Amino acid sequence: MITINHYLVLSAVLFSLGTFGVLTRKNAIVIFMCIELMLNAVNLSFISLSSHLGNMDGQIFVFFVMTVAAAEAAVGLALMIAFFRNRESIAVDDFSLLKW
Amino acid sequence: MLDNYLPILVLVAIAFAFAAGSVVFSRLVGQKKPSVVKLAPYECGMPLFGTARDRFSIKFYIIAMLFIVFDIEVVFLYPWSVMFKRLGMFGFAEMGVFIVILFVGYVYVWKKGALEWE
Amino acid sequence: MENLVQAALANVNFSAIMPSLVLVCFGMALLLIGVFSRRGRTTHIAWISIIGLVITGIYTYIDWVNPETQFGFAGHVAQDNFAVFFNIIFIAAAGLTILISDDYLKREGYPISEYYALILFSTAGAMWMASGTDLMTIFLGLEVLSISLYVLAGMFRNDVRSNEAGLKYFLLGAFSTGFLLYGVALLYGVAGTTNVADIGMYLSAHKAALGNPMTIAGMVLLSTGFMFKIAIVPFHMWTPDVYQGAPTPITAFMSAGPKAAAIAAFLRILMFGLPELHAEWGAMLWLLAVLTMTVGNFIAISQTNIKRMLAYSSIAHAGYALVGLVAANEVGLSGILYYMLAYTFMNIGAFAVLILAGKQGEENLTLDGFAGFGYKRPFLGVALCVFLFSLMGLPPTAGFAGKFYVFAGAVKAGYIWLAIIGVLNSAVSLYYYLRVMVYMYFREPTEDYSWISMPVGAVISIVIALFGVLYLGLLPDCVMEMAKMSIF
Repeated sequence: MITINHYLVLSAVLFSLGTFGVLTRKNAIVIFMCIELMLNAVNLSFISLSSHLGNMDGQIFVFFVMTVAAAEAAVGLALMIAFFRNRESIAVDDFSLLKW
Repeated sequence: MLDNYLPILVLVAIAFAFAAGSVVFSRLVGQKKPSVVKLAPYECGMPLFGTARDRFSIKFYIIAMLFIVFDIEVVFLYPWSVMFKRLGMFGFAEMGVFIVILFVGYVYVWKKGALEWE
Repeated sequence: MENLVQAALANVNFSAIMPSLVLVCFGMALLLIGVFSRRGRTTHIAWISIIGLVITGIYTYIDWVNPETQFGFAGHVAQDNFAVFFNIIFIAAAGLTILISDDYLKREGYPISEYYALILFSTAGAMWMASGTDLMTIFLGLEVLSISLYVLAGMFRNDVRSNEAGLKYFLLGAFSTGFLLYGVALLYGVAGTTNVADIGMYLSAHKAALGNPMTIAGMVLLSTGFMFKIAIVPFHMWTPDVYQGAPTPITAFMSAGPKAAAIAAFLRILMFGLPELHAEWGAMLWLLAVLTMTVGNFIAISQTNIKRMLAYSSIAHAGYALVGLVAANEVGLSGILYYMLAYTFMNIGAFAVLILAGKQGEENLTLDGFAGFGYKRPFLGVALCVFLFSLMGLPPTAGFAGKFYVFAGAVKAGYIWLAIIGVLNSAVSLYYYLRVMVYMYFREPTEDYSWISMPVGAVISIVIALFGVLYLGLLPDCVMEMAKMSIF
């Protein structure tokens, strides 16, 4: 029997994996993919809670999260291309001009 | 409860067996006459030009970015289409506003030249 | 089912979001006008966006005069006094920013028409954050605001510093959004709703839910997301880099409008959605307020780049605003509103002078670049002094009144130590603000500052900011009365 808890635990694990990836990876695109993983882990939580509570709000929220993530992806890719054009790299180690 | 998943399990098993079987069977029975053309990577039947490891043109990224945004926005049309009859004229008008907003974005992208390949 | 649809339709109330609607329409129109205009001509676009802000201001005024709260979209937005007061802050921030931008963009060689549309979009997003009464609306507002800002921060495509600022802001902003959303999901799981007031009602009716780890985790994750946006220590690491690398008018805008928006949404969620957990978040914010003030002020001391110094000072100012939130009483909360308005005027004013004093390309003026500035450019020198006095919190400026109310709220609520730490921090901040003045008036000028021109927009903006700072400082009662009416 798969209960709500299984989904929530899976979602928490995925979220943690995403967070871990953001903190350890060096490539900006991979970091962004990890962020997407976090967002989709949250989506999983929303959907399973929505079905558990018998309430549509969670599913509607997921729609908005998805569209917002798409808009973010477009803007993020554009920023990365601009950075790459000037620095020939998107490794976060090269984000080094601004420091105190 | 788990009984419900039995058909899926069977399906997975058959799919796996079919995929593995095809590979093994063709290796056992098939002839092997390699030639330059046969070993080349498949590019939709076109003659090959350049290696597959080339960098992609930046133009692909711009098209991909636009695709993501316009593609995902369509997700809002699905709930509307399910409730189309019930929402009636009001829903239609609201969706019209939504489409107009997307259209403004489209005109902007077009005039900006992002859709031109050259 | 039929009834549900009818009820939902009846709830749509466009007059509740009129100000932001105007902004969005103007933003879209500006995008189209921009692509159909000749390249490099942006002055008319700047003025059209100002017209849009004025119309928005008129609608905001109508909302203020009308004492009834307008609800819309099935309880997802509420145009109450609180939202209207913050709308005033956002309009002021956007207007002042646009006025200082046109000449600056031309000087730096980026006359980009989308710039103005994006500022209007982000202002609309800020308004949805302040008026949103549902976590869904607040989230959407936050994202509209943030995504526009990511682009604005990275606007100077060929300047690596701007690229870097945009990319850093984007990565950390998206990261923090993940935390915020996870918090929302957990609170939704506990209360079964995303409506802020309903969450509050559920928690007060079901005391058992307060001990549920999901509630606490949800609150903490949600707060983390907002604290990234407000730049509270220890979630402030992106702030100095982004503020330094972004185009200067955008830095000014980011430190005023979006920060106020995040504080507005945070405040509404804490006061309406989670008042039952005041003991928990009060303790958490007490510690973070102290950390934020102290770290911001002490690191600001060691900065030689004025833009970066103002970035750290903006972190410290967010800490002062938190003090009012910890107090969570009438004086403290209305003090936050007052303080954010005052901060908008004084900070954007200071940045406006900084922009005028900068040369093309090397906009990051260091302290040495201001040697003798006060004598060579008396008007700008005096204006900068007034803004710096206000940032220090000295009377008779807006900064003093704002800090006074916030700290008075803390004392009234019994947080004496917090107020004392706040005042001590203000004393520390004297050092680095005064140092700028020392350079301006007590160093031999090495330059004659002949490159400085006085474009109309920037002068109007500085005069408005000066008026705002002095008016709020000398006659605080009227606006304070408004702020008191605005909190719940």
